[in-house]
Amino acid sequence: MPYQLIWLIFLLPVFSFLIISFLVRPFVKPESKVAGYLTIAAIIGSLVLSLRTLTAVLAASNHEIAVPNISWVVIGDLNISLGLMVDSLTAVMLVVVSTVSLMVQIYSQGYMKGDPGYHRYYAWMSLFTASMLGLVLADNLLQVFAFWELVGLCSYLLIGFWFHRPSAANAAKKAFIVTRLGDFGFLAAILLLFKHTGTFDIAQLHSLAVAGTLAGTTLTWSAIGIFSGAAGKSAQFPLHVWLPDAMEGPTPVSALIHAATMVAAGVFLVARTFPLFEHSAQALTTVAFIGAFTAIFAASMGLVMTDIKRVVAYSTISQLGYMMLGLATGGVAIGIFHLFNHAFFKALLFLGAGSVNHATGTFDMRLMGGLRKIMPWTSTTFLIAALSLAGIWPLSGFWSKDEILAAAYDKQPVLFYLAMITVAMTAFYIFRVFFLTFGGEYRGGSPEAHGHPHESPTVMVAPMVVLAVLAIFSGFWNVSGAFGAFMGHAETQGFVQGLFGIFIHSPLPLIALMVAILGIFLAYATYSAKWLSAEQIGRIFRPLYTLFYRKYWFDELYENIIVKIALLKGIFAGLQQIDTYGVDGIVNGLASTAIGGGRAIRRSQTGQLQLYGLFIGIGILAIILVIYVFG
Amino acid sequence: MNNIGLEHYLILSAILFSIGLYGALAKRNAIVILMSIEIMLNAVNIAMVAFSRYIVPEQLTGQVFTIFVLVVAAAEAAVGLAIVMAIYRNRETIESTDIDLLKG
Repeated sequence: MPYQLIWLIFLLPVFSFLIISFLVRPFVKPESKVAGYLTIAAIIGSLVLSLRTLTAVLAASNHEIAVPNISWVVIGDLNISLGLMVDSLTAVMLVVVSTVSLMVQIYSQGYMKGDPGYHRYYAWMSLFTASMLGLVLADNLLQVFAFWELVGLCSYLLIGFWFHRPSAANAAKKAFIVTRLGDFGFLAAILLLFKHTGTFDIAQLHSLAVAGTLAGTTLTWSAIGIFSGAAGKSAQFPLHVWLPDAMEGPTPVSALIHAATMVAAGVFLVARTFPLFEHSAQALTTVAFIGAFTAIFAASMGLVMTDIKRVVAYSTISQLGYMMLGLATGGVAIGIFHLFNHAFFKALLFLGAGSVNHATGTFDMRLMGGLRKIMPWTSTTFLIAALSLAGIWPLSGFWSKDEILAAAYDKQPVLFYLAMITVAMTAFYIFRVFFLTFGGEYRGGSPEAHGHPHESPTVMVAPMVVLAVLAIFSGFWNVSGAFGAFMGHAETQGFVQGLFGIFIHSPLPLIALMVAILGIFLAYATYSAKWLSAEQIGRIFRPLYTLFYRKYWFDELYENIIVKIALLKGIFAGLQQIDTYGVDGIVNGLASTAIGGGRAIRRSQTGQLQLYGLFIGIGILAIILVIYVFG
Repeated sequence: MNNIGLEHYLILSAILFSIGLYGALAKRNAIVILMSIEIMLNAVNIAMVAFSRYIVPEQLTGQVFTIFVLVVAAAEAAVGLAIVMAIYRNRETIESTDIDLLKG
């Protein structure tokens, strides 16, 4: 395929963004749906081209397509180019991003109908899709960083889409600032790598790391710096606090940005620079432990939230932790395979939550219930996504999660046990959501909602059905090991053999499946059959419940202790002293010296003309004397 | 008495100049200051004529220059007195110590 077409994958949404911003928004009526159709058309184009790229990469002998670079900045010997890196990782990411984006854009046609910011919404969604596609295509770290910041900007704009709500505006700022903390490490790592190698090119850095030229502390620190950027974007502990708040944005935004693509960009970045991590044991261990800890930590908070979107948000953090764990223990293929599957079922969960919100006017699960009869499509697709997330055979989540567990078991038992407990928690919290939302009797919805809940329109249901199909089948790509082979792990077997044989070789998959089913059963027993009382359990484990429900007081720790005391009263106050007394002191001191000097010298200006004459005379005499004596 | 030479003229000129300088710097009355300046100018005139007469008698440079000085001195006296008049009308004094608008 001609390489210009690959550029188009990223440029098509850029065009739709430009057209919507400069032509549609100023000149077309707000009720018109043209912005949505434009975006959808552009993304269909990107998806078709992405699929063609994927087939081309699959066909290519070493799973890579070479694309000529464009010179961007030339400073002396330094030549920074714009280029595309098209390998198996890029091809998979392109398909994931454009597929989920397309489904979300179609869904938004229903969800955002009649919103006054409709055009703005689609302009930003186009820009986001373009930046995300640009990010996965970039072939040097500088280009990655530029798109990295662009997706962060779009995330900020879309979280704060309803900026007239203070909570949304604050959540947007929080997301932007917290991820920026991680980006600091990323930028530092880019500069450190550049200082030691003189290149930003990812392929070159790979070969340097493999050859051992780039090694030791430099490699470890740059890998950890890159991981800190990834942790910010992927909401890993301790930078996880922004993602739950980001749920203030419109739900399709959460589905696209905060479930399937942008938050996965961190995982992608680690996978993209994986050779750097691979050659530094400390960096890999850091990633593995932070990943595993984030997984269980976020899952524990997901257990007790009452807001459906927040549970799904914590679930996203937890699953991103899994991906990091998978990357660190099993390599690119395993981590990215989970990213691939997760994108579909998690986007579907969010779209389901949005659909429920559309019907009931609330995200509070205590006000829902009984929606299975009213919303059959939503509840069925949500159930599929939930089963997939819980890791039930043979849905997609099972395959990737099992690989991560196996890899963790081989590497470090502690990580394995953490991951296994998380499996049970995941199954429990997602089925808690399912039973509370769709099971039992309807509890009235939002007090402000009017009318009866109803199934969402076809334009919203259709994308959910497509994603549900993907959530069932996407995992089959690696049943025979084909995905792993594509990513460079060569072990393949027959499909049927893989599909059933997985339980034969090792007891692990069966144990994981049992644990997941136990979690689902507990959720059923508590929230559907009511054999166990949720309130009673809550009372018994009161301190634990409070700990989870208050999110381990991390928001309070960051805001009240770190920001308000350590930063505002400590560092910032100290800096202010330097500013007041140091910087201002120098400036004011200079000025007052000049004033004082002027005041002193002023005395000599008496205004007596004759005195001036006298001085002139004395002066002349002095000059004459000097000439006479020394001349 | 026959040997009055250049030095005598220059001494006279120096004495007159010093008297004028003293008057210009020490007197408080503006009119007197103007008069003192006239004395200083005339001291210079004497010096110039004396130089001309004794050093280059065949040329009249010094005498011509003196004529110019006289013209300028006349103009200066006219303008100076006009300024003194103007100051007196405005401030009702011509004491030089009272005229200190430039005092810092």
